[in-house]
Amino acid sequence: MQISMILNGKKITAETEPDMMLLEFVRSQGCYSVKRGCETANCGLCTVFLDEKPVLSCSTLAVRADGRKVTTLEGLQEEAEEFGAFIADQGAEQCGFCNPGFMMNAIALFRENPYPSEAEIKEYLAGNLCRCSGYEGQLRGILAFLEYKKEKEQKGE
Amino acid sequence: MLTFRNYQKVTSLEEAYELNQKKANKIIGGMLWMKMENRNIGTAIDLSGLGLDQIEETDEEFIIGCMATLRDVEFHPGLNQYTNGAIKESVRHIVGVQFRNVATIGGSIFGRFGFSDVLTMFMALDAYVELYKGGVVPIQTFARMERDNDILIRVIVKKTPMHVVYMSERYTKTDFPTIACAIAKTGDTVKAVIGARPYRAICVADETGILKQGITEDTARAFGHYVSEHVRTGSNMRGSREYRSHLIKVIVRRAVLQLGGEQNAD
Amino acid sequence: MKVVNKPIRKKDAMALVTGKPVYTDDIAPKDCLVVKLLRSPHAHAWMEDIDVSKAMKVPGIEAVYTYKDVPQKRFTMAGQTYPEPSPYDRLILDQRVRFVGDPVAIIAGKDEKSVDRAMKLIKVQYQVLEPILDFHQAKDSHILIHPEENWEAKCPVGADNQRNLAASERSTYGEYDKVMDECDIVVEGTYHTKANNQTPMETFRTYTYMDTYGRLNVVSSTQIVFHIRRILGHALDIPKSKIRVIKPRIGGGFGSKQTAVAEVYPAFVTWKTGKPAKLIYTREESQIQASPRHEMEVSCKIGATKDGHIRAIGVYTLSNTGAFGEHGPTTVGLSGHKSISLYGDLEAYRFDYDVVYTNVQAAGAYRGYGATQGIFAVESTVNKLAAELNIDPVKIREMNMVKEGEKMPSYYGETAESCALDRCLARAKEMIKWDEKFPCKDMGNGKVRSVGVSLAMQGSAISGCDVGGATIKLNDDGFYVLTLGAADMGTGCDTILAQMAAEELECDVDRVISYSADTDISPYDSGSYASSTTYVTGLATMQAANQLKEAIIKTGADMLDVEDPDLLEFDGDYVRNLEDGRKVSLIDIATKSMVNNNQVFQFTANCSSPVSPPPYMVGMAEIEVDKETGHVELIDYAAVVDCGTVVNPNLARVQAEGGIVQGIGMVLSENISYTKKGKLRENSFMQYKIPTRLDMGRLRVEFESSYEPTGPYGAKSIGEVVINTPLAALTHAIYNATGLRFYELPITPEQIAMGILEHEN
Repeated sequence: MQISMILNGKKITAETEPDMMLLEFVRSQGCYSVKRGCETANCGLCTVFLDEKPVLSCSTLAVRADGRKVTTLEGLQEEAEEFGAFIADQGAEQCGFCNPGFMMNAIALFRENPYPSEAEIKEYLAGNLCRCSGYEGQLRGILAFLEYKKEKEQKGE
Repeated sequence: MLTFRNYQKVTSLEEAYELNQKKANKIIGGMLWMKMENRNIGTAIDLSGLGLDQIEETDEEFIIGCMATLRDVEFHPGLNQYTNGAIKESVRHIVGVQFRNVATIGGSIFGRFGFSDVLTMFMALDAYVELYKGGVVPIQTFARMERDNDILIRVIVKKTPMHVVYMSERYTKTDFPTIACAIAKTGDTVKAVIGARPYRAICVADETGILKQGITEDTARAFGHYVSEHVRTGSNMRGSREYRSHLIKVIVRRAVLQLGGEQNAD
Repeated sequence: MKVVNKPIRKKDAMALVTGKPVYTDDIAPKDCLVVKLLRSPHAHAWMEDIDVSKAMKVPGIEAVYTYKDVPQKRFTMAGQTYPEPSPYDRLILDQRVRFVGDPVAIIAGKDEKSVDRAMKLIKVQYQVLEPILDFHQAKDSHILIHPEENWEAKCPVGADNQRNLAASERSTYGEYDKVMDECDIVVEGTYHTKANNQTPMETFRTYTYMDTYGRLNVVSSTQIVFHIRRILGHALDIPKSKIRVIKPRIGGGFGSKQTAVAEVYPAFVTWKTGKPAKLIYTREESQIQASPRHEMEVSCKIGATKDGHIRAIGVYTLSNTGAFGEHGPTTVGLSGHKSISLYGDLEAYRFDYDVVYTNVQAAGAYRGYGATQGIFAVESTVNKLAAELNIDPVKIREMNMVKEGEKMPSYYGETAESCALDRCLARAKEMIKWDEKFPCKDMGNGKVRSVGVSLAMQGSAISGCDVGGATIKLNDDGFYVLTLGAADMGTGCDTILAQMAAEELECDVDRVISYSADTDISPYDSGSYASSTTYVTGLATMQAANQLKEAIIKTGADMLDVEDPDLLEFDGDYVRNLEDGRKVSLIDIATKSMVNNNQVFQFTANCSSPVSPPPYMVGMAEIEVDKETGHVELIDYAAVVDCGTVVNPNLARVQAEGGIVQGIGMVLSENISYTKKGKLRENSFMQYKIPTRLDMGRLRVEFESSYEPTGPYGAKSIGEVVINTPLAALTHAIYNATGLRFYELPITPEQIAMGILEHEN
């Protein structure tokens, strides 16, 4: 089947099998940031935006993205660098394998709720598993980033 | 792994219904459960082109399209106001935001899964499901029906004045519930819906009027015992029959007390 | 120190947070054959026949291999130094299958769908055999798991395949029985921990291809490139010179990738077909045929005086190595040596163990490596002793724990040259407000808050065994390339080793490029495991960098016409004559190194250590128990670590936090159970519940550093010790809240709630 979508800002048209998942599809399109950590929709590593919403690409059919907008971390490099630097400054990226899904969902959180509380952060990101960091460093990184963002906004940048 | 030969994004419910009469074909919801099955499907029938992803609110009712996601329900202002946040409480523990952005109300309820928070909650709300051929059916009835080839189109929640509280007990915070519980009070009638027992959710009304004299620590405890005695429980990896029956006592009591507190606050 | 002990960003950090394609499956050739494994549905069976003819006819299928096709020399998949203590008990595919999930056939084809189709068409005739599923029944059972004649134990570890033993030992120090008899009080307990999975987010995966020179290239997510080369040489029965192993970025390991779990299968396909091949384990496969922690039952006996002086400790460990012996003979040793030794110079100790084969998946190496299980038992028994003597559990540790300079008879007679365990305990006690909170506080709403404590230790590399290796080279413009054989699996060793090199060469860490690991290019290193990298690879890095520094100064001396290099100083950028201030720049020296040069500017050092200095740690947990539901909510976890000099405080802290949460998972949610037929129930993240960020409360980690005289810049290890405290600390807190003593992990809400009910009735 042929499908078209806006993938990271670019219109693409490609052949897909009817039962191909968006995860495999975007990887076949070179979006290697998107990872698979399980087969049971539990880990959050495969998070992408479908239109503006974070979804599990492991459970979303590629054909369902036909005519829609799909964003992976490849399409959010500036935001990833800006926010990611705060995770890096904690050393909380560790092995990095869960990072893309985590970054995507954190960016989704900041878009929905620019200044979330600690409890809101933990709840929103609960579907993103990480086995290396113990989560605490990710939280410190997020809080430091929010602090920086607040200062930046106050300065009117 | 799950495979299928064809994918059909239908343009009408009739088209979907006809396709769905073939055993090899399946209607797909969020696919979160279905994709874990190891089976071959002929045609995957997708309802997502039919505008059934909306939640409509009128003076009398909420009409939730089957393709609305759990996240849509979680954040619907009207539904949350009506349930005093219980609707959000019933879904917010389910795996994660990205999961709930994909999982559909139709899929969750049509599956009538034993572990379902959603079915438990909507049973407490005395919801109705609208089936393409079967028409509008009370969800309590639907919960007992066997799976067939009909299509669940919408879930309807009447705005009958009620108080409802949702609570669940889970092994880890985003796990399946070990026990799920929704307490609803309509007029002076109270009922408890118990899910994840681990069988399909079941409703127990306060038929002996334990709570008629008002909600107190004692009546809440008595009602907890009553519900526990009237609900058959079973064992699985999340807990034994005995533990679940014990949990029902605790959680029903707590939910009833919370409901009493919230009522007083109103 | 200018670079060491600084919270420097990991060198690969920005690539990782921006999602760059740096992992095995991201860089695998697109034309790889897809490799999958047909697995046994039986826990124990003999294959009478296997018919692949129909499978071979599926379009797109390149090859199907069975036990009939593979070399018949046994090997071990354990990533250990040769000769491995693990028995040689494997074939790539064996006619006898020994657990549910044991590979039966290798299928390679052009895509997943054709491979799946072919898999269904393989016909296997099994003669189903009686399995051993209970590890108590294994030793001297009438059922033999490895009756084969070519089974071999290369080291004298007490292994005997005719008794289902992968290892066995008895050891006593002092007059154990006599001392125990004399003790005022003897407290005992038997503690059971299960075969927990490491669950790195990246599952096992490998791709393989033939290169220009007809050599088998293996790109794999592994902690042990050099061991993989040897293991593949043995498994495929080909010369090791024919094999090259490379590791790209690794998506987590925690010990799981210290075993060649996946490598042999695609390697065999490529060797046979000449075509590139790739095997990506599913999460389910990574649960059922992986290399989990050894299930252990550790019986601990502690004898003490009535005022709380511990005189003797006895440990007996029964360890379940599963169907194969990987890491069986070695993990078990730590269950005694790294638990008893927390109490230093005892009058006597006894440590006995048996490691048995059973029909569940083979165990392997998981962070903590047996110490975790042993410390759980010993620390829980110490907590029990404190309760029986009515002495504060912190106090009893202050009285008895190992102190700096003390000899540890149970730790191979080594002396604790660096030990800040006393300061760790004092600080942790302050952080958690122990005196205020011990043992518990009733919150008045059916909930109780309580605290619990555990000490922990580990080692730093295997003494007299592990080899660290580092090569450092000077390049144009004066930058350095540090080539390593260790594996950064997210831990940050590429960065901390560069920090050490930079410290030695007086430069910024950015001027040191790290590269690892490739068996053709890297200096030999036994690999990243056994808490060895910071310590022995760190020592090698320091030495190599020091040799390079001397070469730089020597060349500077030549260029400045100074005869005595001692008159010169290297500040990182210039070699300067201290007498007259004349100088030559590193850039000029680097340029000189590339023109008309006879001086070596690339140095390799290798290091082993005769000792394995233990890092120490104290963990204190505060929890809230819902007495009705049995739910345990983590409130606070205070941890204080002595890893010697902290090379990178950020990375060390995150190591500690990650380890603690894995430990919490072991106590509260990560269960392992089998069906009656031996099938693992927790075979997915839906059933195997690792903690989410809502399940771990708040962690606070601090460091109390000792200075390890044998370590690089005074450093010891950090990676493993961090998982060892939550087991006993949380179990203790649960006891303090409920009065219930638990001897098996995980402790479920059900066990707590029902235990309390039973207690009350």
